[in-house]
Amino acid sequence: MSVRDDLAARIPGGDTGLILSILLIMYAAYVLVGVGLGYSLRGQFNTIAVLTFYIAVFAMLALALNLHWGYTGLFNIGIVGFMAIGIYVMAFVSKPLYQPGGAAQVGGLGLPIIVGMIAGTVAAALVGLVVALPALRLRADYLAIVTIAMSEIVRFSFLSGELQQFRLFGERVGFGGGSGLILDFTNPLEAFFGFFGLWDAYLGFVDSFQVLVPNNPKPVVDGLVYGVVLLVFVAAFYWLLKRTGESPFGRVLKAIREDEDVANSLGKNTNRFKIKAFMLGCALMGLAGILWLMTSGAVTPNFFRPRITFFVWIALIIGGAGSNTGSVLGGAVFAALLYQGPRYLKNLIDAALPNASAPSGFGPAIAPLVSNVDPTPLLLYTIDSIRQLQLVFMGLVLIWLMHNRPEGMLGHRKETAAGIPLTASQARDKTAETDGGTTGGEADE
Amino acid sequence: MGISETYTRGRELAVTRPGSVLLGLVGVVLLFDLLVSLATGAQSLSGVGSLVWDGLMRGLVVGLAGVGLSMTYSILNFANFAHGDYITAGAFSGWATTYLIAGLGRADVGALLLVGASGSVFGGTLGIGVTGTPVAVVAGIVVAGISTVLLALLIDRTVFKPIRDEDGITLLITSVGVAFALRYLMQFVFSSSVRGTTAQPPSLSLYLVDGAVRINAHDIALVVVAGSLMLGVHLLLQLTKLGKAMRAMADNEDLAQITGIPTERVVRAVWVVGGGLTGVAGYIFILWKGTLGFNDGWLLLLLIFAAVILGGIGSIYGAIVGGLAIGLTASLSVIWIPSSFSRAAAFFVMIVLLLVKPEGLFSGRSTA
Amino acid sequence: MSDVPSSAGGEIDTDEPDGAAGVPDADDAESGSLDLGAGGPDVGEPYPLEVENLRKSFGGITAVDDASFSVERGSLTGLIGPNGAGKSTTFNLITGMLQPDAGSVTFDGEEITGETPHAIANRGLVRTFQIARELQEMTVLENMMLAPKFQRGEALWRSVTPGFRDDVIEQESELLERVWAVLEFFEIDHIAEEYAGNLSGGQRKLLELARALLTDPDMLLLDEPFAGVNPSLERRLLDHIHELREQGYTFLLVEHDMDLIMENCERVIVLHQGQVLTEGSPDEIQANEEVIEAYLGGNV
Repeated sequence: MSVRDDLAARIPGGDTGLILSILLIMYAAYVLVGVGLGYSLRGQFNTIAVLTFYIAVFAMLALALNLHWGYTGLFNIGIVGFMAIGIYVMAFVSKPLYQPGGAAQVGGLGLPIIVGMIAGTVAAALVGLVVALPALRLRADYLAIVTIAMSEIVRFSFLSGELQQFRLFGERVGFGGGSGLILDFTNPLEAFFGFFGLWDAYLGFVDSFQVLVPNNPKPVVDGLVYGVVLLVFVAAFYWLLKRTGESPFGRVLKAIREDEDVANSLGKNTNRFKIKAFMLGCALMGLAGILWLMTSGAVTPNFFRPRITFFVWIALIIGGAGSNTGSVLGGAVFAALLYQGPRYLKNLIDAALPNASAPSGFGPAIAPLVSNVDPTPLLLYTIDSIRQLQLVFMGLVLIWLMHNRPEGMLGHRKETAAGIPLTASQARDKTAETDGGTTGGEADE
Repeated sequence: MGISETYTRGRELAVTRPGSVLLGLVGVVLLFDLLVSLATGAQSLSGVGSLVWDGLMRGLVVGLAGVGLSMTYSILNFANFAHGDYITAGAFSGWATTYLIAGLGRADVGALLLVGASGSVFGGTLGIGVTGTPVAVVAGIVVAGISTVLLALLIDRTVFKPIRDEDGITLLITSVGVAFALRYLMQFVFSSSVRGTTAQPPSLSLYLVDGAVRINAHDIALVVVAGSLMLGVHLLLQLTKLGKAMRAMADNEDLAQITGIPTERVVRAVWVVGGGLTGVAGYIFILWKGTLGFNDGWLLLLLIFAAVILGGIGSIYGAIVGGLAIGLTASLSVIWIPSSFSRAAAFFVMIVLLLVKPEGLFSGRSTA
Repeated sequence: MSDVPSSAGGEIDTDEPDGAAGVPDADDAESGSLDLGAGGPDVGEPYPLEVENLRKSFGGITAVDDASFSVERGSLTGLIGPNGAGKSTTFNLITGMLQPDAGSVTFDGEEITGETPHAIANRGLVRTFQIARELQEMTVLENMMLAPKFQRGEALWRSVTPGFRDDVIEQESELLERVWAVLEFFEIDHIAEEYAGNLSGGQRKLLELARALLTDPDMLLLDEPFAGVNPSLERRLLDHIHELREQGYTFLLVEHDMDLIMENCERVIVLHQGQVLTEGSPDEIQANEEVIEAYLGGNV
């Protein structure tokens, strides 16, 4: 697809520019559609905030998965398990101590949010280690089965009555079992801004927003600001993984993916590399899980179904496994078009046709078509069921991709695994050598 | 003399196969614990008996469905993650038929065909069961099998055949796409409700020392159907030319490599036999457990993988034995660990097996 | 064609104060040899590689049956035998890719039987593969940059942490210099930026050999390294293998080209049906009736 490459090459700013342009286009599309259907400013802001949120979480997860699969060739379909560990451990650590009479059935250890975040991330990495030690030598499909089994075991554990509630250090703590955990710790934004002494400034900023959103602008601003925070995390993930990939470490990972025996025969202890890569990826998945659910009111085990793992896979494949830029793009495209897009569409149509009532089931929907050739109920039912149909669509997209473009958008582009650009000019330039060494030059953005 | 020989052999075994020895020790400890709790009355023999029966039933379903998965895995070289949804598809088509036949004239055709979606009609009300509506049930079994065969062939032709040459991971990922498409299409059509499908079947109580083990007609139906199908597969594999070809392809990796990609005829046979068994397994599973939901097959999938791996990928008899083993593990595990972890126990067994002996129990032996 | 210009060594050992930039193929430091850096091979045991009573069976077939031999330091020793004699299996056993059923392998006086392939490679015993296993989705340069040992950036934290990464970058530049020198020597520098999957058969062999050399081995096990390589380059390579020998590197060479073996190897070990049939000088081997019979006697 050289036309695509030409286009991509012509966008200024390199990879960052490419990502930003595509993001901009998608945002513009969302806003335009909203404008077209008379969304208020509040509605538009909310839409943008939600879109940003999902773009960011899927981009982060896809980046982490890219480290596992795109770089190291580890077929991990237990992503959701690591996410669960991240947020559950964080909640366990950061929830306030149990107070009887409150809404929360159990409390936590009451430690600051940042401590909880670190604990959750580290916990995810440790579980990754436990899985990695025995399992990384398995071939890809067996590793897949082990990881998905492990993510289900994690879910069962958090669902279980046994871990629902127990005493630790004299405090009543637990994982909440089937009803889940109420996340009653301080609002992360408040914790963050408060730490820097900027909380009042932030509230002032929220007030000034009343110009645009007269009633109660705080949720809207919170949403937008959190979206920005997540995007910063995406940038951080990207920076980290780019450095990891463009280095001798990343080089060995790629070699492992290609032919592990060769890497071994050149003296590289492939097991150690795989374990490190796996742990890092799992830590990032745990962190992404924390960031995803931290601002929800509660978390339940049944959120962490394998379906989310497969969402991340679809995002990675769309973007192109092996490419960090591709992962971000894939996450963005998946979130905007496949995940949030159909729901947004449904909201819009609901807003546009407020009096239409959809039939409650497939039977009532299709009967009029059969008897009176009236497709409207079926159409309405279809739109009403968009949450299910979008999953059917995702399945079809995945099949199409594997048939026609398994490398996704940018997977064909191979990001060189070296700390410096590997070009001819440096080495051949003898005069430069006598000038006192060639300049290595940082290869990051 | 005998003792020292045993001792040396034992030591040898411990060194060369520590995993097996450890497993053996674990088994002994668990058995001992069980005997103690039986003796003290913490467990009743009839209780254990019920668990064993339950485990065998579940195991038969898993084993039957596992045969198809094992064959695809070994002959087509990929793990089919849509297999669970083939089970569900078979179940829905079979049960729609059963509802239709049982309820004709008594309820709206549309509601019947959608297997009582959203509580529009209840299997219990229609008196569905193997004793109450035998014709409907038999028809359901037949339709379940046939429709799953057709579905499997269709999906193979449109989705898997074009990328037959690709590596196993590509096919696996593609099968995930198929799973999504199929499962949520079924949810779209049949709704997300979990419906009760049968009326209470007649049952009898078998006295076992200190209590009763209840066995009902649907348990018997499951044993009969599963047993005869397994017998049929056995005869197919042993007596027919096609069966021999399938065994050869599944057993002998080298032969498969020399002859290259398996001929389309064998592939079709795999989907036909596998698909048929899977569809019937789906139907009979629902008959036995009495409820039907769009996720039922998917929830079974990991257990089926566990069974297939335990028995050895490609081994048909291994799949059956593996199924029984996994079913029993899941069922009996509640004796020692809390019930919320019973499925986790089965998965854990599978994980341990993958790490210790991924070829499974029946590896190296012939499929037949 | 004179010899390759040498490149910087592993440490910061850039230009010798020569600076005669205008002369093509100027020998900057060592005269006429490929400087692999890091000071050359360990000069220790007279027999760096000793194999004793090695045995390996697969199912009912004994691929290597009680094989014993040793390789003299600084030699180019040939390992020949008809197809199926067990040569590749022997390599796999020596380098840890397979575990022997019995017997021992000693390298530089230390027993290495049963060690992992990467540990053995790190000791300086490196092998190339008969079917060249280039890393297809990586460029020739990336393939080469993979090989050198003691890359500080292989520690994840060092590659990522801001201050320490500079150190890694610096080492990358040094490595790149060495890589280019070796590529030029092997005359594959013009395809340096090609993906290894796009190379011709002969080019892959060269890459395989070049990559192995970059690990700075003491001893190389070469499994048919010249198949598909053009004769003049083959000649140059052999010349340089001989030079490296003089510096103390040891080579064990599996080849089917008898002329090559007889002309270049001081000693030849003959394998047949998993056993060491005989060993000796090329003349002795050529005259040996058993050897002739083994080759002619019915083995495909």
